[in-house]
Amino acid sequence: MMKTTKSLWQKAGLLGLALGGSLASTAALAVNSLKGGPGVNQINLPHPVTEIAVDQMWLHNFMLIICSLIFVGVFGVMFWSIFRHRRSKGAKPAHFHESTTVEIIWTVIPFVIVILMALPATKVVVAMKDTTAADLTIKATGYQWKWGYDYLKGEGEGIGFISTLDASQRAMSDAGKPQGDDYLLKVDNPLVVPVDRKVRIITTANDVIHSFMVPAFGVKQDAIPGFVRDTWFRATETGDYYGQCAELCGKEHAYMPIHVKVLSAENYAAWVDTKKKEIAAKADDPNKVWTLPDLLARGEKVYANCASCHQANGKGGGPVKPLDGSPVVLDADHLKQIKVLLNGIPPGMPAWKQLNDTEIAAVITYTKNTWSNKTGQIVQPSEVAAARK
Amino acid sequence: MSAVLTPHGHAAGDHGHGHDEAHDHPHGWRRWLFATNHKDIGTLYLLFSFTMLMIGGILALLIRAELFQPGLQIVNPQLFNQLTTMHGLIMVFGAIMPAFVGFANWMIPLQIGAADMAFARMNNFSFWLMIPAAIMLVMSFFMPGGAPAAGWTLYAPLTLQMGPSMDAGIFAMHILGASSIMGSINIIVTVLNMRAPGMTLMKMPMFCWTWLITAYLLIAVMPVLAGAITMTLTDRHFGTSFFNPAGGGDPVMYQHIFWFFGHPEVYIMILPAFGIISHIVPAFARKKLFGYTSMVYATASIAILSFIVWAHHMYATGMPVTGQLFFMYATMLISVPTGVKVFNWIATMWRGSMTFETPMLFAVGFIFVFTMGGFTGLILSMAPVDIQLQDTYYVVAHFHYVLVAGSLYAMFAGAYYWLPKWTGVMYSEGRGKFHFWGSLITFNVTFFPMHFLGLAGMPRRYADYPMQFADFNALATVGAFGFGLMQVYFFLFVVLPCMRGKGAPAPQRPWDGAEGLEWEVPSPAPFHTFETPPKLNALATKVIG
Repeated sequence: MMKTTKSLWQKAGLLGLALGGSLASTAALAVNSLKGGPGVNQINLPHPVTEIAVDQMWLHNFMLIICSLIFVGVFGVMFWSIFRHRRSKGAKPAHFHESTTVEIIWTVIPFVIVILMALPATKVVVAMKDTTAADLTIKATGYQWKWGYDYLKGEGEGIGFISTLDASQRAMSDAGKPQGDDYLLKVDNPLVVPVDRKVRIITTANDVIHSFMVPAFGVKQDAIPGFVRDTWFRATETGDYYGQCAELCGKEHAYMPIHVKVLSAENYAAWVDTKKKEIAAKADDPNKVWTLPDLLARGEKVYANCASCHQANGKGGGPVKPLDGSPVVLDADHLKQIKVLLNGIPPGMPAWKQLNDTEIAAVITYTKNTWSNKTGQIVQPSEVAAARK
Repeated sequence: MSAVLTPHGHAAGDHGHGHDEAHDHPHGWRRWLFATNHKDIGTLYLLFSFTMLMIGGILALLIRAELFQPGLQIVNPQLFNQLTTMHGLIMVFGAIMPAFVGFANWMIPLQIGAADMAFARMNNFSFWLMIPAAIMLVMSFFMPGGAPAAGWTLYAPLTLQMGPSMDAGIFAMHILGASSIMGSINIIVTVLNMRAPGMTLMKMPMFCWTWLITAYLLIAVMPVLAGAITMTLTDRHFGTSFFNPAGGGDPVMYQHIFWFFGHPEVYIMILPAFGIISHIVPAFARKKLFGYTSMVYATASIAILSFIVWAHHMYATGMPVTGQLFFMYATMLISVPTGVKVFNWIATMWRGSMTFETPMLFAVGFIFVFTMGGFTGLILSMAPVDIQLQDTYYVVAHFHYVLVAGSLYAMFAGAYYWLPKWTGVMYSEGRGKFHFWGSLITFNVTFFPMHFLGLAGMPRRYADYPMQFADFNALATVGAFGFGLMQVYFFLFVVLPCMRGKGAPAPQRPWDGAEGLEWEVPSPAPFHTFETPPKLNALATKVIG
C-alpha cells in the first residue's frame, strides 16, 4: 500500500517535471537513485532505517496531511467567496464586521489542534535526546573540510581515521562534468558501524562549526569547536548510507560528505580485527634501536609541534626559552630533557606525554644535534619508556 | 512629470488650506539631499530599496545560474558563499526593511492626518545614512578576499576567518541599524503624538498599528544585533574571545544572541505587510475589515511571542530536551494569532462585493502563498522533523514563501494600491495583472521544488550537489530567471510610466471601497497635507471640515 502511494507520488512529481525537465539540458545526464542516499527527483524524506527516522517521517506525513486539510478547508471558503461574492455577479456587501464569538472559536480551535500536534512530537523529542546506554561511542570531529572518526568505547575502541571526499569527485566538480550515482558522496574511508546496535556519536570540531547529518538515520547534530554534543542512531538495515555537512563551514562546505557503512555483527567484528592489525603494523616498536640519521629525520617531523613556540631556528623568544645552546639540551644526562618533555615546566612548557616513546626520543635527538648543538648523542625510545615508569 | 518628481501645478486642491507651496523647499538635487518632506523621503526609501532589490536579485540569479546544473560552471565555491551571504544581507537590510520604512514615511502621516513625520531632519539623516552603508556593503565584493562569505547569519567562528570585508560588512550593519532605530523612533513618536484630533488609537488604520508595533520590535532588537556583531569585531581584532573557542568563548552563544535579534526581525519584515493587506482586502471587498480589534491584539501577540521562540533556529546545535520542547511549543503557538489574521481577512471577503484589480490580486496571492509558508513553518517548528530539514533547501523554500510571497507581494499590493495617490497617475491594469500572474507562476516554479530538494536532504549554501537533485534545481533556475524578469518589467512598465506621468490621471478616490484619510487628499497628494489638523468624522475615516 505504502509503496503504491509512493510510486504514485513519484509519477505525479515526474509529470509536473516533464515541462521543466525537458527544457533543462540536465535531462541528458544519466543518474540513478542512490540506495541510502538521495533518490532521483525524490519528493519526501528518505527511506528511514532507524526508529527515530521512521517516527520523523510519520510526524512529517501527519503534519502534511493535517496542514493540507486545513489549507483546503480555509482556502475552499476563500475561493468560494471569491467566485460568489464578486461585484460582477451582483453581490452586495454585507455590513457585519465583528463577532467576539467567532474570534474566540477560531482562536481556540487552532490552539487545540496545535496541542494535538505537539503530543506525538514531544514523545519523539524525548526519544531522540536519549543518548544513554550506547553499545558503541564514536567521536566525529569536523575539520575544514573532512571528518575524523575516533572509536571511543565499545567494540573497535581505539580505532581512529580521517574520512575525506574522494579526490576525483572534487576534480569532476571543478571541471563541471559530474559523473556517478555517488557524485560528491564518495569518501576514502567510510564510517563503519554494526547493525542493530545503539551508536552514540559525539560531535566536536577543530576549526568552525560543521554538522553531522545522515538523513536515512534521522540524525543531524552540529559539531562545535571547543564543545562536545551528542546524538545517536540504531540502524536496522545493513548497507551504505550517505549524508553531507549541513552547517556552512567555509569554501569547501559542499565537499565533506559522510558515508556510513552498516555491517552485520560478524562483518563488523572482522572489520575491527583488520583495522586493529593495520594500526598495530603502523605503530612504532619502542624496543627498536635507531641509527642517528633515521632518528634525526623522524625528529625533524616531530619538531613541528615545538616550532610554534621555540621557532624553527630553536631560538625561542620572549618567555619561551631557546633550545639552541640550552644547557638542558646539551647535558649528557638524557633523563633531564626526557623529564621536561614528559612532565612539562608549568606554566609555559606543556607536557608532551601523549607523544609515543619513539617520537619523544626522536625529537630530543633532533634538538641535541641541530643548529649549534652538536652533541652527537642518540636517545633511544627505550630510555623514554624507562623514564615513563 | 508627476507629483513624485515635481511638486508643482496642483496647489489648488488642497482642501481649503491650500497655498502656494512651491517656494518653501529647495529644488533640484537639494530637494532630495536636504529632503525633510515625508513624501520625498518615502520616495527616496522606495527607490533605494528597489535598487537594492535589483542588486540582490542579480546575486540570486548568479546563485541560481551556478546551480542550474551539478558541477561548477560559473563561480568557484568561495565566490558562491559570498553570493549567498550578500544576497541575504542585501535583501533583508537593503530591500525589505527600507521598503517598509518608505511605505511608513509616505502613508503614516497621510493616514493619521499629520502634516509630516515628527522628526523631519532625523528622517532625512536616517535615509542618507543608508547610502554609504549600502555602498560599503556592495563594494565589499571588490575588497581583498572578496565579500563576507559566512552566510547572512554571520556565524562565529567562521566570521573570524573572513578577510577585511567582514569589518566593512559589520560597519555597514551598524550604520543600517542606527538608521533603522532612528526611523523607528520617528514612527513611534509620529503615531503617538501627531494623530489628528478624534483619531484614537483603536480607530487608527491597521498599517499604522502594525508599524507602531514593528517599530518597538526594531528598537528592542537592533541593539542586540549591534552587540553581537561588535563582539565579533572585537574577537577579530582586539583579542577578546566572546565566540572564539580557542580562547574559551562559545560559538553557540553567538547564535543565541543573533537569533534573539533574528526572530523578531522576521516579524519586523512581515507585520507591516499584514497592515497593508488589512487595507486592501476591505477596500476591494467593499466591506469593513472584520475583527479590527482582534487584528490589533493578534499583531501584538505575534510581536510578544516573537521574543521567546528564537532557539527554534538552533535545534541542531544540541539543546537539552527541555529547551527543545519549550521552543517547539512556543513556536507552534505563534501559528494561532497568525491564523486569526488569515481568518479575519477571509471573513472580510465573505459576502463582500469583490473586484480584482491588481492590488487585490496581490493581496489574495499574498494570503494564499504566505499561508503555505506559514504551514511549512509549522512543520519546521516540530523539533524532530526540523532535525531532518534544518539547513536544507526546505528551509530556503519556507522563508522565501514568507519573505517573497509574503513581504514582497504585500509591498507590490501596496504599491499598486497607493501609486495613484503617490503619482497622480493610474497604472495600466493589464500590465499590473500580467505582473501579478507572471510573478505568481514563476515564484512557485522557483521555490516549490525546493521543498522536495530539502526533504530529499540537499543542504543549503552548497555550490555543487549530487546529481539526483539536478532536475528540481534546473527547474528552480528557470523559474528564478522568469521571476527576475517580471520585476524588471514591473519597474520599467508600471512604476516608471507612473513616475513620468504617462497614463490616465488618477482621481482622488481611485478605489470606491477604500476608506481612510489618504483618500481625503487629492491625487497626486500635494507636497504638504494636513498642515492644520483636520476635523474628522466619528470613525476617523473622513475629513468633515
